[in-house]
Amino acid sequence: MSYDTLRHFADSWGLLCMLLLFIGLVGWTFRKGASQHHDRAAKMIFEENDDGQE
Amino acid sequence: MDKLVMGAGGWLFLALLALLASALAVDSGFAIHMAIVSVACLIALYFKVSKADYSALARGIMQAPANEERYDDDLIRWGVIATVFWGMAGFIAGLYIALQLAFPVLNLNLEYTTFGRLRPLHTSAVIFAFGGNALIATSFYIVQRTCRARLAFPSLARFVFWGYQLFIVLAATGYLLGITEAKEYAEPEWYVDIWLTIVWVSYLIVFVGTIVKRKEPHIYVANWFFLSFIITVAMLHLVNNLSMPASLLGSKSYAAFAGVQDALTQWWYGHNAVGFFLTAGFLGMMYYFVPKQAERPVYSYRLSIIHFWSLIFLYIWAGPHHLHYTALPDWAQTLGMVFSVILWMPSWGGMINGLMTLNGAWDKVRTDPIIRMMVFALAFYGMSTFEGPVMSIKAVNSLSHYTDWTIGHVHSGALGWNGMITFAALYYLVPRLWGRERLYSMRMVNWHSWLAIMGIVLYAASLWVAGVTQGLMWREYGSDGYLVNSFVDSVTAVIPMYVVRAAGGGLYLLGAVIMTINIWKTIAGHPLREEKPMTETPYNEKADRPLVAEPAE
Repeated sequence: MSYDTLRHFADSWGLLCMLLLFIGLVGWTFRKGASQHHDRAAKMIFEENDDGQE
Repeated sequence: MDKLVMGAGGWLFLALLALLASALAVDSGFAIHMAIVSVACLIALYFKVSKADYSALARGIMQAPANEERYDDDLIRWGVIATVFWGMAGFIAGLYIALQLAFPVLNLNLEYTTFGRLRPLHTSAVIFAFGGNALIATSFYIVQRTCRARLAFPSLARFVFWGYQLFIVLAATGYLLGITEAKEYAEPEWYVDIWLTIVWVSYLIVFVGTIVKRKEPHIYVANWFFLSFIITVAMLHLVNNLSMPASLLGSKSYAAFAGVQDALTQWWYGHNAVGFFLTAGFLGMMYYFVPKQAERPVYSYRLSIIHFWSLIFLYIWAGPHHLHYTALPDWAQTLGMVFSVILWMPSWGGMINGLMTLNGAWDKVRTDPIIRMMVFALAFYGMSTFEGPVMSIKAVNSLSHYTDWTIGHVHSGALGWNGMITFAALYYLVPRLWGRERLYSMRMVNWHSWLAIMGIVLYAASLWVAGVTQGLMWREYGSDGYLVNSFVDSVTAVIPMYVVRAAGGGLYLLGAVIMTINIWKTIAGHPLREEKPMTETPYNEKADRPLVAEPAE
């Protein structure tokens, strides 16, 4: 693959795929039920019974 | 028993092999390094033989099985001590080279102590030794707690810790000996790079292994940041250090790339070292220790995920802003600039998320000096990630590039953000890891945070003045079309600022000395310092009574 084909791929399909992937990943956090999931995840670090140390 | 003999024999073999390489070395630097490796192998051999559990061996067990109901914290205790130790070494080196700039006589006229050799010693000591040990220790602490599982592969984890210390020793001694690839933040030569790769891949295996055996279904966001930091640093390190050794028994190698390709690879590495080592990794720390110390969940978990992905997708493109107005194609420079400016958003997403975690608990900034340090850290994260995009704009960069403004910017991020969040994490960890009631002294934490803040303010302000002075002097043309100032004019003009900068660094170091004493006494189990508490209960007994109407005279 030459530099030229690589860069044309990068600024067309490559760019589009990255953009869609990014939008998908960000959009996923707005899915239905995400809020409860996030709430639980955020509070999870406080659920230690003891510090579990030796 | 066979395993023990094999292990001990292996270390002895490696020690002899390194000794042989030392004897056959083509340059003295490589010979010294191989001697250091040989000594390290002999130390490993000593501990392998002397610390083996012989009574267990006699019963036919190699190692008593680890207690899965307890977290593996020995390693983290070592990491905390290593962080403090290398921090002090790095800060002292930093103050010394700052003084060298103001007082050149401190170069001592010795090749080993010139600014050029001590400067990479300072940068690597603070970034990789202080920051790296802090990251390894806190990531192992956090991944165990948030996965509710004991660390995977305990022997490999110990190898990661000690292997990383060997990397630091080889890198640091190499700089003093003049062994360097001359790539900023990637100075170590090829054989040290290979060693670091082995250590780093082991780090990845331990970290992912612990995530895989987790008991908690959700992977807490701090681990996302740590994982991205480990993976990306591995990739950056491998690509930027592609090189061909001139001899397998010598310390010199030649980079695989040349010219502007090499420069772009270097700054793709360099800026993402900032983005993933100093940002993503430390955000991992922030997302655990700030909520824990504030005893409040993170402000917005959704925001933490969104700004995570934004940092990942954006940071990797920002490197070219280090090469404005060079032979790098214009479009690449503009690309770097645009992505740097966009990066402002996710950076501030992280800062806002951290600061807003204190929403409803702002009084803790007054009463809890550890929280105050975290707030300082986040504030400086916000300030330096605002200053960075501004400086990446070509018009601003034409003034700021190659001046001390850049050094001031780096230090507001490094001292303010990385330093302060690490100190706060150490203060959080030490009493918990050593089972103490609390730190030896909270007042000393208070002193540390204010000294550090004063130091950073002096440091950043003096280098703004110095940088703008240099930038303006270098670009000043006379009516005859010649430059008005020679380079040395701009050097003498900023010497007072260098003195102020060194004073700022001195205050920061003084704060760190106070931290070292405080942590030392906490670990040693010294009785708590008798001191005035951070908060008092205001009570006026005379005023605390009902109002009784007095009869008129």
